[in-house]
Amino acid sequence: MSPQLEVQLIAVVIAAACAIPGVFLVLRRMAMLSDAISHTVLLGIVLGYFLTRDLASPLLFVGAVAMGVATVSLVELVSRTGLVKEDAAIGLVFPALFSVAVILISRFASNVHLDTDSVLLGELALAPFDRLILLGLDLPRALVVGLGTLLLNLVLVLLFYKELKLATFDAALAAALGFAPALVHYGLMTVVSITAVGAFDAVGSILVIALMVGPPAAAYLLTDRLSRMLALSVLIGAASALAGYWFAAWLDVAIAGSMATMVGVAFLLVYLFAPERGLIATAARRARQRWLFAEQMLALHLLNHAGTPEAAAECASDQVGEHLRWRPVFAAEVVRRAEQGGLVRRQGPMLALTERGRALAQEASLR
Amino acid sequence: MNALDITDLTVAYRDKPVLWDIDMSVPAGTLMAIVGPNGAGKTTLIKATLGLVRPAAGQTLIFGRPYAEQRRLVGYVPQRGSVDWDFPTSVLDVVMMGRYGSLGWLRRPGQRERALALEALEKVRMADFASRQISQLSGGQQQRVFLARALVQDAQIYFMDEPFQGVDAVTERAIVALLQDLRASGKTVVVVHHDLQTVPEYFDWVTLINVRRIASGPVAEVFTEANLRATYGGRIAFLGHSEGTGDRVLGTGKRGLGTEYAETANAD
Repeated sequence: MSPQLEVQLIAVVIAAACAIPGVFLVLRRMAMLSDAISHTVLLGIVLGYFLTRDLASPLLFVGAVAMGVATVSLVELVSRTGLVKEDAAIGLVFPALFSVAVILISRFASNVHLDTDSVLLGELALAPFDRLILLGLDLPRALVVGLGTLLLNLVLVLLFYKELKLATFDAALAAALGFAPALVHYGLMTVVSITAVGAFDAVGSILVIALMVGPPAAAYLLTDRLSRMLALSVLIGAASALAGYWFAAWLDVAIAGSMATMVGVAFLLVYLFAPERGLIATAARRARQRWLFAEQMLALHLLNHAGTPEAAAECASDQVGEHLRWRPVFAAEVVRRAEQGGLVRRQGPMLALTERGRALAQEASLR
Repeated sequence: MNALDITDLTVAYRDKPVLWDIDMSVPAGTLMAIVGPNGAGKTTLIKATLGLVRPAAGQTLIFGRPYAEQRRLVGYVPQRGSVDWDFPTSVLDVVMMGRYGSLGWLRRPGQRERALALEALEKVRMADFASRQISQLSGGQQQRVFLARALVQDAQIYFMDEPFQGVDAVTERAIVALLQDLRASGKTVVVVHHDLQTVPEYFDWVTLINVRRIASGPVAEVFTEANLRATYGGRIAFLGHSEGTGDRVLGTGKRGLGTEYAETANAD
């Protein structure tokens, strides 16, 4: 496998792995916990390193995951005092833990390969150089870690789909039925931490946040089923990863930054063009409703004045707009649309309701 | 045996008691309202019974045993506003959640659960909405979906937190009819209720609470002006009724007989 292909594969696998727990974070309105966790895991790594003096020790991984979960507990502890809100608690806890890690690195470990730049941005381009042999295959370490994380996330979500769904939608019912939502919550946070640590080495903490929050947020606008939201998140994440790689290759810029940018672009596209909830679809729907409402007003007006002495004035096609206090251009357009839609027809200078128009007016008058 | 026995129950948030030494029992097969002013602890009473909040003292027993051993006998309708109705799921899916308790961990809902959920949706006249996204429902429809979800739990005792909140008169009638069906088939139903006027018409037992339990028993015995005054303090207005008749029973099973009363807008 060429290094280029390996980098793309790593990017896709990590994006997919991040999207899965990300869906539940977004639905639980805990997206910013991914920010906290992806930063504080660094402290776990640093502390693990001080204990073992070995950057390859699995203890670093364990320490990082534990620190991620501890972050969530600390945030809960601080916000449960009732003195600060949860978002503020996140903002208090994680920079504190992260900065301790930064201080420790710069004071005691500046000679070791643990630099803060790569923590934030990762070094995906270098990932193919760090290799290991697995089942006789010579693979980049980041790919193996990424695949392991993806597999873990897939298996857990498939096994506990029902529990995750219930605890996310209605924690009280989950508790009443005996499904221990706190256990589900901490299980999910453990998975988020594992994913953050697994992804963090290759892509850095900023991209972890982008990949956990962006694709699920976009998928949320595209579907109204949880299972489809999961699948779409994985697809959007993977597509952004690939697009980001090629964008970076084209401009010769950092891959992680370019991937995060593509996640943003993907979200923007969905936000604009989503078939039902997108900005454009919403605006078009509003416009349609506005015309429809105007046609109803016109129909009701004609219904109310048909056959009355003042009908000649009220229902004349060139005066009706004036009576309704509409601008002439708008009135003419409403009349044109109503005529086209078979709601009214012209009888000499007058507008008269058709059967459909009368039905619409009567229906509107019932509201 | 009583469906529900609550003894010496105290629930506090920090050191502020929300429920103070509550004792009450509900015989099986009754349809009971829990009424009291805002902040009286009605929702907390249900939550403590279902183990959702930890009591500071006392215990609740469902058919003589702690809730944790009797989960399968209990159906729960939380307040409609307690969940996110924009959650990406369908009506049928939400109703199937009522079966999760019997399925237990790991087992997935299948054909049987679907069939039961559809049947329950039929009962609340929401079968046509089965595949709808839940965010497209009106308030009354959401309430009926929650009710269907409790029905598929196939419980012996149901706890419902304000099932009439934000529903129109037609839906309210439909829900009441459903509750009375449940009672007729021997189930016990405990409902947090807000509209005092309909208590004698809808329910046969009532519990009046305001942090303390004021009274609990058959509507005809305990739904009295004196008890209501004790529950609501000065915040209740009795209309078209002279004061000081002591323990006169209010309402006789039909609305608008004799006394009319309403909870005034209270300012807590």
